[in-house]
Amino acid sequence: MAERTSRTLGADAPLSSAKDPNPAASGLAVEDDDDELLGRTVSINRPRQELYAFWRDFTNLPLFMENIEAVEIRDERRAHWTVRGPANTDLEWDSVVVEDVPGEIIEWRSVEEADVKNSGRVEFRDSSNGRGTVVTVTLTYDPPAGALGKAFAKVFRREPKIQARQELKRFKQLMETGEIPTAERSLA
Amino acid sequence: MRALTWQGKQNVRVETVSDPDIVNPRDAIIRITSTAICGSDLHLYDHYIPGMKDGDVLGHEFMGEVVAVGNSRHKLKVGQRVVVPFVIACGNCFFCRKQQFAACDNSNPADKTDASEIAYGYPMAAAFGYSHLTGGYSGGQAEYVRVPYADVGPIVVPEDIEDDKVLFLSDILPTGWMAAVHCDIEPGDVVAVWGAGPVGLFAVQSAFLLGAHRVICIDHHPHRLELARGLGAEVIHFEQVKVREALAEMTGGIGPDACIDAVGLESHGMAPDNVMDHVLVKTFMATDRIHALRQVILATRKGGRVSIPGVYGGMADKFPIGALMEKGLTIKSGQTHVQKFMPQLLDMILEGKIDTTFLISHHLDLEDAAEGYKNFKEKQNEYTKVVLRPGMNPRKPLH
Repeated sequence: MAERTSRTLGADAPLSSAKDPNPAASGLAVEDDDDELLGRTVSINRPRQELYAFWRDFTNLPLFMENIEAVEIRDERRAHWTVRGPANTDLEWDSVVVEDVPGEIIEWRSVEEADVKNSGRVEFRDSSNGRGTVVTVTLTYDPPAGALGKAFAKVFRREPKIQARQELKRFKQLMETGEIPTAERSLA
Repeated sequence: MRALTWQGKQNVRVETVSDPDIVNPRDAIIRITSTAICGSDLHLYDHYIPGMKDGDVLGHEFMGEVVAVGNSRHKLKVGQRVVVPFVIACGNCFFCRKQQFAACDNSNPADKTDASEIAYGYPMAAAFGYSHLTGGYSGGQAEYVRVPYADVGPIVVPEDIEDDKVLFLSDILPTGWMAAVHCDIEPGDVVAVWGAGPVGLFAVQSAFLLGAHRVICIDHHPHRLELARGLGAEVIHFEQVKVREALAEMTGGIGPDACIDAVGLESHGMAPDNVMDHVLVKTFMATDRIHALRQVILATRKGGRVSIPGVYGGMADKFPIGALMEKGLTIKSGQTHVQKFMPQLLDMILEGKIDTTFLISHHLDLEDAAEGYKNFKEKQNEYTKVVLRPGMNPRKPLH
C-alpha cells in the first residue's frame, strides 16, 4: 500500500512528527510551503473495512468534526462542505476524492475556487500486533487572507493541530464505544 | 437536586444544581444512597490538583439505585442497587481490553484531554467528581448522578446487604488491594505501609490476605494506628521514631521486602526536605511534596518492591533516583483499575473475608458535607471516614 504521507526522510517516524514538517513532501495538494500540515495516528479497536466505510460516507464527518455543519454528497467523488462561521459568515467549498482504495485510503482535496484550500488523507492499516486498525490522518490547508481568514481562524481555533487531534479522538470514541462521551450533566 | 460543589480553596458547599439526565445510550442515572469523602477529595479541597472550576460537583465514591437507563437493552435495569467505580471506562478500547481500566482511552471527552497529554505524554482517563484534566464529570456527593458507560462500570450488589459493607468497592478497597497486589508478595515477606488512612488500612488488610508474613504501618495519628493494629499490623509512630532505622531493626537489618506509599502528595513530617518542599509548594515553584515517598525508597530492602497508590499530580523535587537504581527497586503505581478488582472483592465481602465497616467514623447528611470535609481534614485522628447520605436527617422547616 502507498504510504507516502507517513514517513519522514530517512526515518521510520511519520512526517507530521517532523520538527519542521514540509507539506510538499506529504504528496498532498498544497499551495506553498507556508501551508499547515497536521497529522495524527490512533489505533481503533474496530475492523478496517468498517472504519473506511464510515469515513467514506462524508455525511458522517460532522458527527465527529464539530466545526463542520454539513457535508452534502454531490456525486461519487464530489462533496460540498459547509462550516458555520461567526456572524453568519459561512465558509463553503467543494471537495473531490482523488484517491480511493477501499478499506485502505481516502484522499480528497478542495476544488480550485474553494474558500479554504485544503486537502486530507486518511489511511487505514491493520495493526501488525493485533491492536485493531491503525488510522493516520494527514491534513493540509492554506489559511485564507482577510476577513475570511479571521472567520476561519475563529472557527478552527488558534491551534488547528489541537482541533484535528480532538476530531480524530471523537472518531475513535464513536467507532469504539458507539457514542461520543461528554461530561455534560444533561442535554439541556 | 442538592449537591456538594467546589468553590475554590477550602471552600465547598451544598447547593441546588440542575438534575442529571440521560445524554448517551450507555448512560444510567443513579439515585445516591451513600457516598463517601475520599482523601483525594482533600487534595481538591486544598487545591493541590489543577483543573478545577467553581461549581464542580465532587464525589467519586458512591452507590445507589438505578433510576433510568439510556436504552431498552441496557445491561442495568431500573431498581437495581449498584456500586459505581470512580474510574470511568468504556470497556472497548485497547486498555480496557487489557483490564487497565484506569487508562481508558475513550472516557475523557476529547476537548478535556489536551492538558494531560502535555503534562503526562498521553491523555488521562476520566473519573467522577474530579479535575477537568480527568473529564470534569459531575460526581456523586449529590442526590443523583449521571453515569456514562454504565454497562461497564457499576457492579450490582444483593438487595439485602447494607451500603456500608459494599460502598468502598467504588475506590478505596480496590485501591488498597491493588497496592498490595503491586507488592508481588511472597511467603515470608514483610510489607511496610506508609499512611494509616483508608487506603493504607485496606492495604494492610489486603497484604495479609495476599500472604504477607508481617505488615508494619506508619502514621502519626494514634487512633488510626490502633485501627492498623486491630488488623494485625505492627505500628510505627513517625513523630516518635526514626522510621528507616526502626524498619531496619524490626526486620533484622534486611529491610521490608515491599513498601507502600499510601500517603501521596500532601505528606506531613518535619524533616528538612519536607520543609523545603513546603516552601516550594507555597511559592508555586514545585508541586508535589514527596517526603513519604523518599522515605519509602530509602527504607525498602535491596531488590525490593515499591507500590504507590498515593496520589501525585506534578513534578517531584529531590527524587532519590540513585537509591532506586543502585538498590534495584521495582516501582508500581497508578490509579486503580477498579472494574478489574470489584467482582472478586465483592465475593470476599459476601463470604465475610473482608469487612470494611470498621473504618467508618461518621455518617452525615449530604447537607452537612462541608462540615464533613472540614473535620476530615482537620481532625484526622477521629474522622477516619465520612459517609454522606442524602436525606438522612429530614430537614426542619426553615421557620
